[in-house]
Amino acid sequence: MVQQRSRPIARNVGRLTRTQLYTKRGLFKGQKKAAAPAKEATEEFKTKKVGGAKNGGERKVPTVKARAFYPAEDVAIPKNSRKTQRPTKLRESITPGTVLILLAGRFRGKRVVFLKQLDSGLLLVTGPFKVNGVPLRRVNQAYVIATSTKINVGAVDSSKVNDAFFAKAAVKNASKEEAFFGDKAEKKEYPAEKAQEQKNVDKAILAEIKKVDGLTKYLNASFGLSRGEFPHELKF
Amino acid sequence: MSSQTFKRYVEVGRVVLVNQGEDSGKLAVIAEILDHNRAIIEGPSTGVKRQALAFRRMNLTPFTLKKLPRAAGPTVIKKHFEAAEISKKWSESNWAKKLQAVERRKQTSDFERFQIMLLKKQRRSVGRINLAKSKKASA
Repeated sequence: MVQQRSRPIARNVGRLTRTQLYTKRGLFKGQKKAAAPAKEATEEFKTKKVGGAKNGGERKVPTVKARAFYPAEDVAIPKNSRKTQRPTKLRESITPGTVLILLAGRFRGKRVVFLKQLDSGLLLVTGPFKVNGVPLRRVNQAYVIATSTKINVGAVDSSKVNDAFFAKAAVKNASKEEAFFGDKAEKKEYPAEKAQEQKNVDKAILAEIKKVDGLTKYLNASFGLSRGEFPHELKF
Repeated sequence: MSSQTFKRYVEVGRVVLVNQGEDSGKLAVIAEILDHNRAIIEGPSTGVKRQALAFRRMNLTPFTLKKLPRAAGPTVIKKHFEAAEISKKWSESNWAKKLQAVERRKQTSDFERFQIMLLKKQRRSVGRINLAKSKKASA
């Protein structure tokens, strides 16, 4: 009979937990596919001839010299983290086309249209730029209120916009003195291709917004609370 | 005390509006008065279970089931309630309409609130234009 590693304490109940058994069986080592090539056995000692009458004529000398220094204290080994990074879960109330209210940042209070979630987990939103001045932008869903208003964005092609779209071009550092006193502060042009992409994306949305009465005004207006309004009691 | 002073009495057959708890907003009928604070109420057609409820947890409505006997059971209450068409009368009352309007206001979405704001603005401007016109005409 095969030796039982986890002798049961009751029927179908092993003595060891799954983890303990796993450790004992050494499964963490993985399955060996082929035997490792045998190392050439090197001799531990060499015999050397030694001069001098009282020295016995020869001596064993280790082939590999022992280390001269050892660390005085044990170096702490960091624990292996078993946590894995998982993709950000999109709030259920946010679907493509949802009108969001931004709560933080330069455009706080603005109402914008949600397009898609990017790989980084951030939300891709657009004003549209022509309506309220909010460009294509990434926002964290924590800083956003999702409203129940939805716009059909089926015709919008935002496939070209990804996280790399928002990367800034590297700038050569001017010397500090020059940056401080120099008056040749060039006005940076907004890249034409990005402006074009903005237009491409917004085009279909603008057509969709025009269909609903007052929606353009709504997106242009910023959100605020008036007296007697409490966000936890409001339905958005 | 003349009968003109009070118009609604706590009495057997009085239709009440429950205003607290899970039955909040539902109509029920007083079947029996227990003491100065509580009565046994039941609303078989509105889904209110038979229970003792304090008067402060209900509002008296103007409706009564005059012929309801004391301590009537659900079948009898249901019969009287439906014969008097209380549900219909209630939904036509201003009180019920107001409650409904309050509920609807609470349920407005952000965009709807914005549209209401726009309409209110429009109404104000119409009023102001008319006022200016009438002033001009009288001057």
